[in-house]
Amino acid sequence: MTRPATSSLRGITRRHFFEQASFGIGGLALASLMDDVVLAERQDQTRSVGPATARRFAPRAKRVIYLFMAGAPSQIDLFDPKPALTKHDGQDIPEEFIKGERFAFIKGKPKLLASPFQFKSHGQSGAEISELLPNLAKIADDITIVRSMRTTQFNHAPGQIFMNTGHQVIGRPSLGSWLSYGLGSENSDLPGFVVLLSGDNNPDGGKSCWGSGFLPTVHQGVEFRSNGEPVLFVSNPDGVDSDVRHRSIAAINDLNRINNLDVGDPEIQTRIAAYELAYRMQTSVPELTDLSGEPGSIHELYGTEPGKASFANNCLLARRLVERGVRFVQLYHRGWDTHGASFGEDIVEKLPHLCRQTDRPVYGLLTDLKQRGLLDDTLVVWGGEFGRTPMNEARNGSKFLGRDHHPRAFTMWLAGGGTRPGITIGRTDDLGYNVVEDPIDVHDLHATMLQLLGIDHEKLTYRFQGRDFRLTDVHGTAVAKLIG
Amino acid sequence: MKGLNRWVVIGSASILVAGLVSSRALLGAQSVPADRAVQRIDFSSEIQPVFKQYCAECHGPSKARGRLRLHAPDLILKGGLSGPPITPGKSEESLLIRRVLGLDGEDQMPLDGDPLPEATIARLRAWIDQGALMPGTASAGSVTGDRPSTGSGQRYIPDPEHWAYVKPKRPQVPMVARTEWARNGIDQFVLARLEREHLAPSPEASKAMLLRRVTLDLTGLPPSPAELDAFLADTAPDAYDRVVERLLASTHYGERWARPWLDLARYADTNGYEKDNRRSIWKYRDWVIDALNRDLPFDQFTIEQIAGDMLPGATTEQKIATGFHRNAMTNEEGGVDPDESMYEVLVDRANTTATVWLGTTLACAQCHNHKYDPFSQKDYFRLLAFFANPDYESRTFLDGTRFFEARLDLATPEQEKARKQAQADIDRLEQELKMVTPAVRDAQERWEQSLRAAERSWTPLAPQQARATNGVALTTLQDGSLLASGPNPELTSYTVLADTTLRDITGLRLEALPDPSLPRGGPGRDAYGHFRVTAIHVEIAPARAPLDRQVVGFRTVKVDDSAYPFEPKDLLSPERGSTSRKGGSWAINAVREAERAPRHAVLAAEKPFGFRGGTRITVRIDHLEGTIGQGIGRLRLSVTSAADPIEGSELPARLRPVLARSASERNKAQAEELAAFFRSTAPSLKPARDALAAARKALADLQIPSTLVMKERPTFERPSYELRERGSFTARAGRVYARTPSALHPMRDDLPVNRLGLARWLVDENNPLVARVAVNRFWEQVFGPGLVETSEDFGAQGAAPTHPELLDWLATEFIASKWSQKAILRTIVSSSTYRQSSAVSPPLGERDPYNRLLARGPRVRMEAEMVRDVALAASGLLSAKMHGPSVFPPQPPGIWNMPYNSDKWMTSEGEDRYRRSLYTFWRRTSPYPSFMTFDATSREFCQVRRVRTNTPLQALTLLNDPASFEAARALAGRMMSDAAGNTTRARAAFGVKLVLSREARPDELARMISVYEGERRHYQESSGAASRVIRGPDSALSSNVRDGALGSDVRDSARGDDADLAAWTIVANVLLNLDEAMTKQ
Repeated sequence: MTRPATSSLRGITRRHFFEQASFGIGGLALASLMDDVVLAERQDQTRSVGPATARRFAPRAKRVIYLFMAGAPSQIDLFDPKPALTKHDGQDIPEEFIKGERFAFIKGKPKLLASPFQFKSHGQSGAEISELLPNLAKIADDITIVRSMRTTQFNHAPGQIFMNTGHQVIGRPSLGSWLSYGLGSENSDLPGFVVLLSGDNNPDGGKSCWGSGFLPTVHQGVEFRSNGEPVLFVSNPDGVDSDVRHRSIAAINDLNRINNLDVGDPEIQTRIAAYELAYRMQTSVPELTDLSGEPGSIHELYGTEPGKASFANNCLLARRLVERGVRFVQLYHRGWDTHGASFGEDIVEKLPHLCRQTDRPVYGLLTDLKQRGLLDDTLVVWGGEFGRTPMNEARNGSKFLGRDHHPRAFTMWLAGGGTRPGITIGRTDDLGYNVVEDPIDVHDLHATMLQLLGIDHEKLTYRFQGRDFRLTDVHGTAVAKLIG
Repeated sequence: MKGLNRWVVIGSASILVAGLVSSRALLGAQSVPADRAVQRIDFSSEIQPVFKQYCAECHGPSKARGRLRLHAPDLILKGGLSGPPITPGKSEESLLIRRVLGLDGEDQMPLDGDPLPEATIARLRAWIDQGALMPGTASAGSVTGDRPSTGSGQRYIPDPEHWAYVKPKRPQVPMVARTEWARNGIDQFVLARLEREHLAPSPEASKAMLLRRVTLDLTGLPPSPAELDAFLADTAPDAYDRVVERLLASTHYGERWARPWLDLARYADTNGYEKDNRRSIWKYRDWVIDALNRDLPFDQFTIEQIAGDMLPGATTEQKIATGFHRNAMTNEEGGVDPDESMYEVLVDRANTTATVWLGTTLACAQCHNHKYDPFSQKDYFRLLAFFANPDYESRTFLDGTRFFEARLDLATPEQEKARKQAQADIDRLEQELKMVTPAVRDAQERWEQSLRAAERSWTPLAPQQARATNGVALTTLQDGSLLASGPNPELTSYTVLADTTLRDITGLRLEALPDPSLPRGGPGRDAYGHFRVTAIHVEIAPARAPLDRQVVGFRTVKVDDSAYPFEPKDLLSPERGSTSRKGGSWAINAVREAERAPRHAVLAAEKPFGFRGGTRITVRIDHLEGTIGQGIGRLRLSVTSAADPIEGSELPARLRPVLARSASERNKAQAEELAAFFRSTAPSLKPARDALAAARKALADLQIPSTLVMKERPTFERPSYELRERGSFTARAGRVYARTPSALHPMRDDLPVNRLGLARWLVDENNPLVARVAVNRFWEQVFGPGLVETSEDFGAQGAAPTHPELLDWLATEFIASKWSQKAILRTIVSSSTYRQSSAVSPPLGERDPYNRLLARGPRVRMEAEMVRDVALAASGLLSAKMHGPSVFPPQPPGIWNMPYNSDKWMTSEGEDRYRRSLYTFWRRTSPYPSFMTFDATSREFCQVRRVRTNTPLQALTLLNDPASFEAARALAGRMMSDAAGNTTRARAAFGVKLVLSREARPDELARMISVYEGERRHYQESSGAASRVIRGPDSALSSNVRDGALGSDVRDSARGDDADLAAWTIVANVLLNLDEAMTKQ
């Protein structure tokens, strides 16, 4: 671990510091001295601290927007059409598929469930996309569909934690914090890793999905709220204006520096940097989240409604964040959990609804990134924590149609950032139950993403409890087919 | 000599020193300090971590390059393709050493990493030369069928002789050079290690720093200025010891130490999972506080929490203590299988017990034999079986069946009396309401007649014209209804034109009717026969001037059914959200056959309408929010001129066919349902209903406390449970009986095989883990990291202790002191180790950034609750009130935004706003936000360690959270009123004393005064801003604060000079945001 050096500060002796300070209380001497220190801290914060040897490849992507569809979208109804399911709709699934299998909710012998939705080939690539995603279909040639994703987890919280941290148990650093650690930030006024939430409720994995685990906490994802203040307490108390706040933070940091001359704890440096960043966020966050300056055509493109919290809003925010150099923006949209166990959470009604909430904004985001030339070096990833069963769940005899959790095969897609557009990778069997070609595990996906960002996933390590840890643990192979 | 049995002596000890010398000569590496030569190198703490760190990636559990694995003693001895890596006693011949040095022309290890530091190589060599001592492997061969078998491809054999599974033996206190430094045994162990590392301990902390540190550690609060002054003035040699005694005797001690225990107990005020409804279990929290305050010995503390209810003659208090395991979450989601959710509870109890008392990740063995520790899946279920005999009952609700375990009612005799009275009232009134008197029967008869009359008052509108957008065809049927057919687009609007000669029209009715042509018979058009109407818009025009349209206003809208709660009046406003389906639109659930009945919406006009000579009515029905076609399949419009068009419209759709039948045609259930509905609305019964509501409220207002407790089902059988294959509830795989894990100490024969026996087994002196695990947590609370950093995992995958002998010494000390928690804390905080200054000298910071060697005192950011408590204490706001139901200090709006729960955060009034943080209401899915920002846990599961983060969000919270700023305001008042002397300097210094509990340094004072003077100038120039700073967002509140916190003199002067108080508020805000303010150092 590289802890922020205290030496720059120690260079200024206590005496020197106070000759300056007492001489120029509130005046120029202190201010200029402070600016230098602040500048040094800014550079500190934006510098990458991960091992330089990890940056082994020419980076194709500089930043990532990860559209995390929490709750697990149904691949069978969106990207992986199965005529055999239509043919055998309502029949028992052959025993050999489910022998010894454990499901989250399915009990007894489940029946196959055809997709109620139509598929068509789109673009020159002929990518097969469901009628539920008409906008995405228009840009089928810009995305890379992976039909052969696999995971080991079949419950939401561990599934999401695994997909985000490479380990199903809480406590490992998340993808975004590894990137912040490995590459640093390109913007000193905003966190390097921002999380935006929308949908029914928060992701089941909670904050651990964007935690920094044992990495220094400066790398953890900072959650922006979608209602009210985007960041809790970003506004000053009544009667405290920006100048007062600036002066008081300067005083806090001065007093912390004074204390640090005696204490010498690197955590104080981190705290000083945190207060600096907090101050800058007080200005940069409202500017960032004020979408009123965006032209009508952009609102039309994304389907945003000003002043209304939505996934569309978050997509537009994501573009504004990557434009400002934020390294990793992760959008969580919760609600894809379509079991069909009760009214309004089935694949007939809820799934189309989720698609309508997200299809146009996603199309808008990709189109907008492309027209700004940002898609070339921005990696966009779309997907959930696992897939859904080819069988109807019918929990407690429910008459609503829905699918249970399915870790064995699911679909994700990637775009931009050096991926190979316009192809579909991987194949599942006739029922969509198992992957039969090009299986890609979560660690492989992580390795590929890191490689696109120029990082050797085996080299991006952090020593903790006497062991070198990495995002991909002891697994993972970058998927050459995915890289353009 | 059981302790020695752990060590397999390989080679001869006699070559120890000679070997070392020769290896030094041979290899010419840096010399090993002489004192190392006689110091036995400990494999677990000094060698194994090296293998883990440098070698495990290629030679560990998951990879065996060259068939070599270095993670288990037997595998190390066995070696790989090149033979054994170690020749015990002969480091120069050992392949391991030759390869890390890059000799013999081979690649230097580690292959892709930097060469090992010389000191590390020297340590490896010394270890080999000492005979390469390792924990025994002989027992690995004695693995029985009961022990975990080696799984498929899993070659790792768990080590039952892992240090943590061997009972700690009281180690001899080591000799140290600087004997004068050591105050107690702790110091000798710490110093011995420091001397080995050639480090010196730090000087003792200043008195002020020490007082603040120990006061925070023992009470969670800062010392008051008076306590500081007294301690500084007290020059007696035992001044510090007397402070420690005072603090241990303080009631705040129990509050401070309850906090970490409540994390372990996963104590919260709600049930968890998605519904996360409230529960009442705060009496358990109070029990913990009190038990700690009276220093209930840890063994008894354990027994009462695990099985207090089973103690002979169990007291109420002992029963309350069993709330420990009632803190498990309970799933109330609709449709959950109660047996399965009970299973989840039992799993949580087993996991929590293993974590808290055994420091073991037993949870791994729920699904398979533990991969690294000697616990089989059978062990897991045998432990779980101890909890598998709870007394519980199942109750069935509309959305499924749930189970309920015991609840202890804690009514006082007066409350009991009041409750009986209220309950008697309720019973009487309920009977009264149910009574079918002739009067009621007549009233219902009249009511039914009026409903039928109301029904007859509706005149169907004959559509002149009906159109729909997006291709839907509307065909008029004979009864005047309209049937939709053709395409079923996502969105569609129907527009119906009809003429009527009716005048004084008071209401309009839209009926949605089933039809065989619709999916599943309708009444809607989606695949289930559902519809979703988003708006209804009505215009009228005189028949003779049909273009002269005007909009009709409606005062009320009623529907007779809805799939979810919504406000029907919203149908009148076309403005609606495009992303939220629930609410705002009228959808029905008719997925089951019995529900495929007509539905209706009735709109009551603001004023009667209808033109002389006829009226043309245009009705538009929007379905503009669906994502699939969800239009009404068959609809009919009617109008009425009845005085009250709403009458009868709320009769649920399912009861309308019942109403249509004569009394004799109804079956009993139908008749009762109709009668019950009548009684719930009949005006004549309103007084009785009101009285009943009042009686129920009176009962609720008694707020009789209750708490969740454990209760055992009476049985003479040994508790048992069915093992679940791969942990899956549905995969039953044979019954196992309660039994403690076979790798640990046996259960004494005189103990009953039940929960009480388990509790006594946990605190058996032969338990190798419990005392170590407990003292390690105390250490962690005081020093930051524990001696075993992974305080939740003492197993083979956990971290090795930094000071293994110290850990064992403390563990044995804990038992010897009769499990007194206060005694062990006294020992810790009295040590010279604890009393060191926490300043980090640069070389020490480089050498030992995490202070694992303890060459300085602890310096860590306080836990979330302490950060808030310190601010409240310093500002004088803190309430000293103990115990009671959880409170609701201010939090930002919109935090409790739950999909399944309309529960509201009602901010507490009065001193409950400023109670110690551990009394704050804990909702698992939405804990108090500023606590979460400061790394509190959700309390969903037992969690031993909290992470410590340092983020800008914490800065924003302390700077801007209205609750934090309120503390700043109060602190400013206190600085102005209570400082010794009314000079600026004295006030600033007093602020430092209140927040940081020390005298201010001149340079700090200068900086604070510059803030004060600058801000006073600023606020003098903008007096409006000053008053907003002082008054805050909630003026009623801040006048309280001012009146409460300010002496009257200052209040007057403050009123005279708002700018002054505002400036001090900014200074106070600065003070409360200092790193030191939130740090224990």
